[in-house]
Amino acid sequence: MDGPRDPLSSRAWRALTYGVPLAFLAIFFLYPLAAIVERGLFSGGESSALDVITDPVTRDVVWFTVWQAVASTALTIAVAFPATYVLGRFAFPGRSVVRAVVTVPFVLPTVVVALAFLAILPESLERGWIAILVAHAFFNVAVVVRVVGTFWANLDPRVSEAAATLGAAPMRRFVEITLRLLAPALAAAAAIVFLFSFTSFGIVLILGGPRYATLEAEIYNQAVRIFDLRAAAVLSLVQLACVALAVWVTTRLEARLAVRGQLRAERDVLRKPRTLGEKAIVLGGIGGLAVFLGLPLAVLVERSFAVGDGHSLEAYRALARPTAALLATPWEAVVNSIVYAGAATVIAVVVGGLAAFAVAGSGRRSRGTRLFDGALMLPLGASAVMLGFGFVIAFDRAPIDFRSAPWIVPVVQALVAIPFVVRIVAPTLRAIDERLRAAAAMLGASPGRVRREIDLPIVTRALAIAAGFAFAISLGEFGATVFLARPDRPTLPVAIFRFLGRPGEQNAAQAYALAVVLMAVTAVSVFLAERIRLRRGGWI
Amino acid sequence: MTPWHNALVATVVSALALGAAGCGGGGTPTSVVLVTHDSFVVSNSVKKAFERESGLKLRILQSGDAGEALTKALLTAGNPQGDVLFGVDNNLLSRALDGDLFEPYESPALADLDPQYVLDPEHRVTPVDHGEVCLNYDKAWFAERGLTPPASLEDLTDPRYKGVLVVENPATSTPGLAFLLATIARYGKSGWQDYWRKLRQNGVLVVDGWEDAYNVRFSGSAGKGNRPVVVSYASSPPAEVIFRTPRPAEAPTAVVESSCFRQIEFAGVLRGARNEDGARKLIDFMLSKRFQEDVPLSMFVFPVVRDAALPPEFERFAVVPSSPLELPPAEIEANRDRWVGEWTDLVIR
Amino acid sequence: MLRADDVNVRFDGKAALDGVSLDVGDGEVVTVLGPSGSGKSTLLRVIAGLQRPDSGHVLLDGEDLSSVPPHRRGIGLVFQDHALFHHHDVAGNVAFGLRMRGDAKNEVESRVRELLDLVGLAGFERRSVATLSGGEQQRVALARALAPQPHVLLLDEPLGALDRRLRDRLLEDLARLFEELRVTALYVTHDQAEAFALGDRVAIMRSGRVVQAGSPDGLWARPADEDVARFLGLGNVRDGAIVRPEAVTVARAANREAADGVVESAVRHGPTVRLRVRLASGETLDAAVSALDHPDPGDLVAVTIDPEGIIELP
Repeated sequence: MDGPRDPLSSRAWRALTYGVPLAFLAIFFLYPLAAIVERGLFSGGESSALDVITDPVTRDVVWFTVWQAVASTALTIAVAFPATYVLGRFAFPGRSVVRAVVTVPFVLPTVVVALAFLAILPESLERGWIAILVAHAFFNVAVVVRVVGTFWANLDPRVSEAAATLGAAPMRRFVEITLRLLAPALAAAAAIVFLFSFTSFGIVLILGGPRYATLEAEIYNQAVRIFDLRAAAVLSLVQLACVALAVWVTTRLEARLAVRGQLRAERDVLRKPRTLGEKAIVLGGIGGLAVFLGLPLAVLVERSFAVGDGHSLEAYRALARPTAALLATPWEAVVNSIVYAGAATVIAVVVGGLAAFAVAGSGRRSRGTRLFDGALMLPLGASAVMLGFGFVIAFDRAPIDFRSAPWIVPVVQALVAIPFVVRIVAPTLRAIDERLRAAAAMLGASPGRVRREIDLPIVTRALAIAAGFAFAISLGEFGATVFLARPDRPTLPVAIFRFLGRPGEQNAAQAYALAVVLMAVTAVSVFLAERIRLRRGGWI
Repeated sequence: MTPWHNALVATVVSALALGAAGCGGGGTPTSVVLVTHDSFVVSNSVKKAFERESGLKLRILQSGDAGEALTKALLTAGNPQGDVLFGVDNNLLSRALDGDLFEPYESPALADLDPQYVLDPEHRVTPVDHGEVCLNYDKAWFAERGLTPPASLEDLTDPRYKGVLVVENPATSTPGLAFLLATIARYGKSGWQDYWRKLRQNGVLVVDGWEDAYNVRFSGSAGKGNRPVVVSYASSPPAEVIFRTPRPAEAPTAVVESSCFRQIEFAGVLRGARNEDGARKLIDFMLSKRFQEDVPLSMFVFPVVRDAALPPEFERFAVVPSSPLELPPAEIEANRDRWVGEWTDLVIR
Repeated sequence: MLRADDVNVRFDGKAALDGVSLDVGDGEVVTVLGPSGSGKSTLLRVIAGLQRPDSGHVLLDGEDLSSVPPHRRGIGLVFQDHALFHHHDVAGNVAFGLRMRGDAKNEVESRVRELLDLVGLAGFERRSVATLSGGEQQRVALARALAPQPHVLLLDEPLGALDRRLRDRLLEDLARLFEELRVTALYVTHDQAEAFALGDRVAIMRSGRVVQAGSPDGLWARPADEDVARFLGLGNVRDGAIVRPEAVTVARAANREAADGVVESAVRHGPTVRLRVRLASGETLDAAVSALDHPDPGDLVAVTIDPEGIIELP
C-alpha cells in the first residue's frame, strides 16, 4: 500500500523527529569524534593500535573501569532505593523540595565534591575504590531517584493490591509485581549511572589516588601528557565500544521489560503516610538520604563561611566585587551560566523533545528506533577530552568555525542533556492513550493539530521537568564550557575552578561560596520546573 | 506542515545560520586572539590598555590546562585557533617547538629582559613570566612542635620529618612534574630514584593535583590539613597574606629555597595566524611594564623584565630563588614519559 | 450513504476482515453484532480511516475515502471508554471538533450549550471530566462526536463499560437521539439486546466476515445458519432445523409414563422464564414460557412443539 502505515502520523513529521536529532548528533558528536579518531589512527603515534589493545595496562584499565562502573551503579541504586520508594509512594510535605534538592550533587563540579569528600571521609577510607564508589553514588543518586521515582509515582497501586488479595505476601508482591513493573525505569536509570561512572575522571583521580585510572583518565594521559594520539584514539574507540555495548544491552532490556499501560496520575497514586510504621519509613528514607547527601554539601557550605578561625559572609560579599581571578565579577559568572544554560535547555528540549516523539511514536519498538534511542545516549559515554580535540579540528573553518560561534557551548551542553530529555518525555508520550489521538483526529484535527492539542498539553509537565533537569545539567557542565571559556564571560564552574586554583584563604572561600550559589540556582530552577502544571488535571 | 513545525524548523535553521554568519572573512583584522590555558588571567585595566594602544580587540580563548591547550595548538598547527599562544612552559617547550607551531619573532622589548629566560635562540617563543615550584611549609606547625622547618630536599628524608610532606602526582599535575624534575636536577639521572625511595619510606603522600594538595592536605592553607610541607609555588606565601582577613603581619607560610625548580612561561606567534601583525603587538605588550607588573597579582608569577616593580606583598613575603634548579627542555622532552613511568613504579606501585 | 466494499485487513497474515461489504443508508442506524475478535472494531477503524485496509474501499456518498485522512472524512467516532480529553473541561471536550473546524467563539459556545442540553448535561460546561460518572462521561463523548455534525457517526461498544440499568436508560436516550437527529450511524456491539433495540438493520459478524445482515425481525425469523442461531440465543438446533423456544410448550406431567423429560434449569429473563428440558433421548430442548406457575428443576414435564415455530436452515 502507498502512504504511511500509521495514518495519524505523516512522513514529514517522522522525517523531522528522526532527522533533526540525527543531524544534530552527526554534526556535533559523530563528526568531531570521527575527525579526531581518524587523525589519531592515521597520523603520528609511537605505538601501533595492536600494541595498545594488547598492552596489559590497557587490560587492567578496562577491567577496573568496568567493574567500578558496575559496582558504582549497584551501590547508587541501593543507596537511592529507600528514598525512591518513599517518593514513589507517599505524599508528604516538602516532597517537591526533596526532589529538587537531590539534583544538586549531580551538577556540582567533581573537584568541589571530591574536596568535600576528602574533608569528611575517615582517613582509612579516603583513598581507594570505596571512596570512588561512594562518591559516584553521591553524584548519581539523583538519576535513580528522579527516573525511577517519577515512574513509580505513576504506577497503578491497584495492581499490587490485586496481588495482595490473591494472597501474595508483601515481599513477594514487591518482587513479582512492583519490581517487575519498575524494571524498565530501573534499567534506564542504571544505564545512565553506569555511563557516568564509566567515564568518571576527576573523582577517580582525586579520590582513587594515583593507583587507579579509568579509561577516560588514561585517554587524557595518552593524549595530553604523553601526546600519543594514536593510543588515545584506540582507547577512545575501546571506550566507545564498551559504552555502545552497555547502551545496547540496556535499551534492549528496557524494551523487553516495558509493560504498556498501568500508568495513573501521580495524585491518584500517592497517599499520605498513615500508620506509625509508614511515617517511620518516610522519615527514614528521606532522612537517610539527607544525611548521605547533606554531609558533603554541608562541608561546602561551612567552608564558604570560613574566614580565618571564624565565620563570616565575607566570601559572599566579595562575589559582587571585581576580582583578579576573573575578568568579570563572580556574580556576572552566575548570570552568564544562567544565559548559557538557558540556551542549552532550549536546544535540548527541542532536539530531545523531537527525539522523544520519534522514540515514542513507533508503536512496536522497532530495531531501528532502539538504535536511534541508543545512539542519542552515546555522548554521555564518549571521551570528553577527545571530543574537545575533535571540535577543535573539525570546526576550524566555515560554515562552523567554533572560534566565532559562541553558540557552540550551549550546543555541546545540550548533547549531554538530550538523553535525559528523551528519557523523561518519551515514557509519558508512550503512556498517552492512542485513542485520544484517534478521537482528536475523528473530530477533524490534522496530525500536526493532534500533536499540538493532545500530545503537547499532556506532555507539558514532563517537558517542564526535563527542561529543569537539562538546565541543571548545563549549569554544572564544565568540560564543554572550556571550548569557549571566554574569560570576559566565565560560567559558574569555570569561576569555581579559577578560585580553587589560586592559593589563599579567601580564594578558597569564594570558590566554595560560588559552589553554594550553584547549588542554590540548581535547586531553585529544578523546583520551579516541577511547579509548572497544567491549569486543569494534567496527566503525570 | 503546521505553523508549529515551521517554528521548529526556523529555530534549527537560524541556529545553523548564526554560525555561518559569525564567520564572515576578509578585511583588516580588528581583533587579536590569544590562545591560552585556564589559569591565564589579566586585569581588566591592562587588557583595556592594550586594546586602546593597539586599536585591536583582545579576544582570549582558553582551552583547558596547559597540556590540553598545547595539544589543541598542535592539532591545529598551520590553521590555528588564534594568533598568539601563551602558556607553554619549559617542560613542554620542546614538544611545542618540534610541532612547528610558531613563526619566529624577535620583539624589540627583548632588550629589557633578563637573558637567562630566553631559551630559544631562534625566538620562536618569547618568555613572558617565570614562577618557581618550591616546597612550602607551615611556619606555625613547626613552631608549635619546636621543630626546625626543613631547609633542603635532603632534610625530608630525615625521620624527624616523617609524614610531613604532600606532593602532586607528576603524571597528572604540572607542579608535581616540576618537583620530580627538581629532584632529578638535584640528584642526577641515577640518583633521584634512591631519593624517592627514601621519601616513600618517610611517608610521602601523593595526591592528584595542586588543589587537593594545597587546599585540603596542607596545614597552612584554608583547608587546615595535617601535612605541613607541600609542593607549591614561590609566590604562595604572599598569597596567604593578601587573601587572609585580617591580614597577618608575617606570611604564615614560607618556601624551602633550595628546593625550587624554575618554570618559565612562553608566548609565540602562531604559524598561520590571521592577524600576524596584531600578534606581534600583543607579544610586545606582554613584555611591557604594564603587563609585566600585572602578572604577580593576577597569575602569581614573576615578571621577566628587569625593571618591572613587584607589588609590596611580593617584595616583603616572596622569595625569588637566586639559583633555582633547572633542566634543559630537550632533555625533559626526551625523558619525561620514562621518568614519570619510573617514578610511578617506584612511588605508587 | 456509507459503503464498505470488499474490505480486507490482515494482521500478521491472519485475516481480521475478510471481504466485508456493508451499506449504511442516510439516516439509517446499522448495528454490527458479533463476539469479541469477530473484526467489528477493525471495520469501524477502517471506516474511520484509523486503519488502512489491505484491499477494498470505503465510500461516502459515492466518494472513495481511501486517500482521505481521518481528520477530513467528516466521520464521528464514540469510543468504548469514552477517550475524553482530561486536559479539557466538559465544554472543552464538546467544543474540540468545532474549534478544529474553525467555528467562531460565540457559535462554539452556543452549539456546546445546545448539545449538552441534548444529552441531558445542561450546566456541566465547566466541570472537569474526571469528576463525572461513567454515564455522564459517555454522554459527553456522544455530545463531542455529534457537535461537528458528522456525515456518519460510528459508535464502538459505547455502553460496554456501564452497568445494566444505566445501559438501558442510555439505550433509550440513544434511540430517541438517533430518531430526532436522523443520524446515519454504525453501531458496534456484542450485546444483542442493544443491537436489536437500536438497529434499523443488524449485521452479524463472525471471524472477519459479515455472515448475515437484515432487519431485526428478519434475522430473528430466519437466521442464516446454526451459528447465527446459537449467537442469537436460539439453542434448539436439530437435524438442520431450529425450534424457536417460544414455540415449545411445557406442562407438568403426572407420572413417568406421561413425561417427555426432566427440567434441568429454570432462569428468568424479564417477562419470560427459560426452561431447559433433558429429553429421554438425552438431548436438551430450550423453552420460553411466560406463565408465573412454571415447572421447577427436577419436575417431570410433557413437551409439545408448535410446527409454526420450526425453521428449516438453508
